[in-house]
Amino acid sequence: MAKSSTKTSYWQAAPMALVFLLFFAVPLGVILIVSFWKYTQYSISPAFIFSNYTDIFSGCFTQLPSLCTTFSTYLQTLIFCAEVWALTLAIGFTIAYFLVFEVRTTTMQVVLALLCTIPFWTSNVIRMISWIPLLGRNGLINQGLQDVGLTSHPIEWLLYSHFSVLLAFVHLNTVFMIIPILNSMARIDKSLIEAAHDAGASAWQTLWNVLIPLCKPGIAIGSIFVITVVMGDYITIGIMGGQQIASVGKVIQVQTNFLQFPLAAANAVVLLATVLVLIWALSRLVDIRKEL
Amino acid sequence: MRTGTDLELFRLTKRYGDTVAVRDLNHLIAAGTYVCLLGPSGCGKSSTLRMIAGHESVSEGAILLDKADISNLPPAGRGTAMMFQSYALFPHLSVRDNVAFSLKMKGVGKAQRHARADELLDLVDMGRYAARLPNQLSGGQQQRVALARALITEPRVLLLDEPLSALDPFLRIRMRTELKRLQRELGITFIHVTHGQDEALALADEVIVMNNAVIEQSGPPRELFNTPRTEFVARFLGGHNVVRQDGRALAIRSDRMQLSREGTEGIAASVFGIEYQGTTVQIILKTPADEELTVVLPERDFFSRPFEIGETANVAWSEADVHALEG
Repeated sequence: MAKSSTKTSYWQAAPMALVFLLFFAVPLGVILIVSFWKYTQYSISPAFIFSNYTDIFSGCFTQLPSLCTTFSTYLQTLIFCAEVWALTLAIGFTIAYFLVFEVRTTTMQVVLALLCTIPFWTSNVIRMISWIPLLGRNGLINQGLQDVGLTSHPIEWLLYSHFSVLLAFVHLNTVFMIIPILNSMARIDKSLIEAAHDAGASAWQTLWNVLIPLCKPGIAIGSIFVITVVMGDYITIGIMGGQQIASVGKVIQVQTNFLQFPLAAANAVVLLATVLVLIWALSRLVDIRKEL
Repeated sequence: MRTGTDLELFRLTKRYGDTVAVRDLNHLIAAGTYVCLLGPSGCGKSSTLRMIAGHESVSEGAILLDKADISNLPPAGRGTAMMFQSYALFPHLSVRDNVAFSLKMKGVGKAQRHARADELLDLVDMGRYAARLPNQLSGGQQQRVALARALITEPRVLLLDEPLSALDPFLRIRMRTELKRLQRELGITFIHVTHGQDEALALADEVIVMNNAVIEQSGPPRELFNTPRTEFVARFLGGHNVVRQDGRALAIRSDRMQLSREGTEGIAASVFGIEYQGTTVQIILKTPADEELTVVLPERDFFSRPFEIGETANVAWSEADVHALEG
């Protein structure tokens, strides 16, 4: 009896396991294998060499403290990551707070939460491109500012800049913060807030001592989404940065364009390791399993 | 004894839009009394408590504590503390940190606030569990922690919102004794909201019965039980039969009714149900007019000549046990 039920549960898990294996584990394994292969301008051949990895970090450690290309690219990507994380967290937390504690009816909560997801009805490339008429040299904002007389000539840093990349990232990813934080926050017993108030806590004290600690799992899950997306991104940085800003994902994309697959694979493995370390650090802070 | 810290409700009113939850309440609660606010759900007892606590705004009227109007003060500035129905312990904080929470908010140092929290945990006999998280405790233990957390603010009035409703019956009676003991020892006012008349009668120095947003009657439990003012109070407190005679409503305690086979006086009624309750037996009868009467007999009396369901018996009472009701 026990044996057959174990068998049944294996069968039930099999379809998901198969999909996971085919579309995640196998490709990942292939990337790992290819990262040790040899390549020339026109060929790729199986081998077991470490030169792809050593090439990525060549000179990086000897020329410290000045940064090699790899390190400065990673630094740039990490800075984007930190900025986007901080902004989406602040905005996402505020929106989730509003939905949970300020909106009174459940219907309205659901309607507003769905409203947050409406931008996802179009592809993210279109959502990015739609910023261009707004932010461009002769875009709405620049024209508006000039018409009002606030500036005499167009502001250059609005588009194809660090700013526009950041703006698009925040626009695209805030919802990934909102949903898990909303989920955590909705589970908080409202009487806890009253209890904090009863104990003399101010609104800020309640936020720091009660709300944020109880939202930690949601914050961690949202952070993983955002960090993973931003660390691997090359499309947003490409389009909104006018192909002028470097990122780890973009390096990999360029290498695949030049058919340097082993090098790209090695870069992908290094990136994966970096992201895994970040997520590991996050999961040390919060027990995410508690939330699932 | 009137010290300075009486709590006075003056024309207290709470409106939610067009509905009135509490209407024009006037009442004086003497310092150091155990008060039970008793009533069915939706009668306004919880709204009253939450207004006193400061978790609900006062629509009209005032709440005075120690002759000062506290109705517009924040909850923590009133000299009241509230114990919530679901206890509302912070799930991410240890028992000790839960109790010390209000001191932390005031900026009291860690060592000092933990020492004070431990004192209160000892008071409610929870010292051993200081390092645990709330979800590692049983319902009764959680309640003790909630009590310690409310008491650490040294309130003059402790407000308890249905504190025993989440406990199983056995624990409920034990915690009830405990609450009463604590109140006696601390000498502060307890205002306890409940819909259980047994709880109110057992605990309170003064019971306030509420219905439809107003106070129906208030007084010491024994006075209330023996001289209910209205039919509502008599029925809600239980243990009474309400009989209509010459257009007047009369209340007679069910344990003062007599039941006989031979008698001719009183009302003939058929036995509808019999409930054995240990020390007593409760017999439910239906009169020809389809009114329900309850007679409570001591166990021994009943079983010396037991009645059967369907049997006809005579229900009688002496004039001395009749209490006339208003309205």
